Amino acid sequence: MHIMEGFLPPAWCLFWFLVSAPFVVYGMYQLRILMREKREALPLLAVAGAFIFVLSSLKLPSVSGSCSHPTGTGLGAILFGPFITSILGLIVLLYQAVFLAHGGLTTLGANLFSMGIAGPLLAYAIYRGGQKVGLNTYLTVFLAAALADLFTYVVTAAQLALAFPAEAGGFVTSFIAFAAVYAVTQIPLAIIEGAVIALTFKYIIDVRSEILVRLGVLSDAVAARLQEVKA
Amino acid sequence: MKYTMELAVLAVVLLFAGSFVIALNTGEHEWGGTDDQAGDVINKMTGTEYEPWADPIYEPASGEIESLFFCLQAAVGALVIGFFFGYYYRGRRINT
Repeated sequence: MHIMEGFLPPAWCLFWFLVSAPFVVYGMYQLRILMREKREALPLLAVAGAFIFVLSSLKLPSVSGSCSHPTGTGLGAILFGPFITSILGLIVLLYQAVFLAHGGLTTLGANLFSMGIAGPLLAYAIYRGGQKVGLNTYLTVFLAAALADLFTYVVTAAQLALAFPAEAGGFVTSFIAFAAVYAVTQIPLAIIEGAVIALTFKYIIDVRSEILVRLGVLSDAVAARLQEVKA
Repeated sequence: MKYTMELAVLAVVLLFAGSFVIALNTGEHEWGGTDDQAGDVINKMTGTEYEPWADPIYEPASGEIESLFFCLQAAVGALVIGFFFGYYYRGRRINT
């Protein structure tokens, strides 16, 4: 999903930096509160960050004949919300921009918005919504993670289409062309990512469901029920 | 069933892998990265060759070195995940 270094006009680079900045700032604020008040959740934070590290380093081939990578941001968004996840995403994107020439420092704001903010926001909304209507927890996690992955690429396509509208047909034509590149490749990868994150979620419930309750991810009743099903 | 979910995930992965048998037998594919393909689309949409206005500050000198950094990224992540899950499982065994 990376927009390559120098591939966005300067005005758009600035625009996406400005859009992304408040999320990072508020994420820092939330992170400070988390570190002060819920220290026992820090290992989970490391796991959520590590997930983004691992998944976004896997360049998987897809049936459409090209390669792309999952994002792994769904887990962080479900556990810690979209703002803290934006910081995790920022760390990964910085690493890839500096050491791998994947993405770039000028396009960092735009890439952070699609992967670290838009995707996690959707994942968070789906997870909370699903819990509210009483959807199966694992199914909700699957949907949240898979759609966050897909949405990241839809947003990237939109960002490129905004910067490079087609001469004939404008934004819409351009968006369809970019989405055809990104989204089609991404659908199978999104499904895999959703499945893997749902499974990881099961293991977290297995070993430390009380932290999830304390983070407000699961209610007491749901945690108890999921523990029982397992046994 | 205790392992319903593990089986479901395994089925998804197998389906994913199986789809390549079909993809590999239907026409030529480049298996290139979508990032580069998007660059081509930019040229097509604007009708001109887009000139990037900034260069990466560091570019891996070869494909091998690039995969080194990708491996490093995955390894660090996998270590952290493994460490903390191990830590959690050990804690649970002692408590119960």
